[in-house]
Amino acid sequence: MSFDESHGAPKGSSMRTPLGRVRNLGAAHSGTSDFWRQRITGVAMTLLMIPVIVIVMMLLGRNQAGAAQILGSLPIAVILLLFIFASAWHMKIGMQVVIEDYIHNEKLKLISIMLNNFFSFAVALASTYAILKLSSGV
Amino acid sequence: MVEFALPKNSKISGGKTWPKPAGATEVREFRVYRWNPDDGKNPSVDTYYVDTHDCGPMVLDGLIWIKNNIDPSLTFRRSCREGVCGSCAMNIDGQNTLACTRSMHDVKDGAVKINPLPHQPVVKDLIPDLTNFYAQYASVEPWLKTTSPTPQKEWKQSHEDREKLDGLYECILCACCSTSCPSYWWNSERYLGPAALLQANRWVSDSRDEATGERLDNLEDPFRLYRCHTIMNCAKACPKGLNPAEAIAELKLKMVERQI
Repeated sequence: MSFDESHGAPKGSSMRTPLGRVRNLGAAHSGTSDFWRQRITGVAMTLLMIPVIVIVMMLLGRNQAGAAQILGSLPIAVILLLFIFASAWHMKIGMQVVIEDYIHNEKLKLISIMLNNFFSFAVALASTYAILKLSSGV
Repeated sequence: MVEFALPKNSKISGGKTWPKPAGATEVREFRVYRWNPDDGKNPSVDTYYVDTHDCGPMVLDGLIWIKNNIDPSLTFRRSCREGVCGSCAMNIDGQNTLACTRSMHDVKDGAVKINPLPHQPVVKDLIPDLTNFYAQYASVEPWLKTTSPTPQKEWKQSHEDREKLDGLYECILCACCSTSCPSYWWNSERYLGPAALLQANRWVSDSRDEATGERLDNLEDPFRLYRCHTIMNCAKACPKGLNPAEAIAELKLKMVERQI
């Protein structure tokens, strides 16, 4: 009995050989940079977590002027910017992995990956703008 | 999208309960997955009672006893009956393992429940169709590749380099690991799976091989390699006690190493 005839075989299997199916379009020769960046951003977020929590606690209960004063400090603004950058990038890569895992429709997958990029970039940019605006006191 | 429910024709319904063997003083209940490609029916789970005084201690002994004494139509693969060939890999009491090395006494809580390896097409009863699995193994080109002139005698290897193959060469390709991996369930057409990747690392780690870079090139792919999310079911399932997840991590490390 061939693969196509057995119970639960994927529908629409062609007459292509099993090895041909496995080799398919060949290796993408990519994926390592995403894997490595996911680790870098993960480590960065771990290191930044405690300073960010401290900064958020410092901001609690303050009005905008008070927040602007705290964020006016260069190290604090830089820590928050680094955290936003690392977490948005990590979020983008992580979500893409989930999309690739579970969405098998090629069109839907491409659209989802595109939206994921837009969303992550927009979140990062909006947060950066907010921090810069507050820290520059404009 | 990922299918979270079984297709209609895969849903398990009913099943026959076979009579207890006459004169048996001690019996063990076996619930075994059945599916026949010829009768057009859905799969079912049949209940058998094995006379434990009349058969060996392993789950495979029980299955052979059923086939010999109760139901000759029960179909499963087996060969060496000592954990070397990997033929009798199946899901026993919720865990992928070899029927020949799993004692039926180690299965607690009543019946011994036996299903084929998960998420593979079924040929009949407990026989999964491993065509794709073997093709994935073939795709890693599991043989020594060299360009240097072949030496007069053997390709030499130091004791230290030989030791690097320990934990890799023992794999018997039973498919317990790959078919226990959720990432392999969702993407088995593109993800090579723990078994093929462990084998790939076996050849990447071989000091005599001269195609290491080419091998890594063929693996560097978001789906072929990077679908491994270190779920670790593979290491838990492996009946030979190997750790495919670690082998995959070593491959990833080599990928990073050659870039940085």
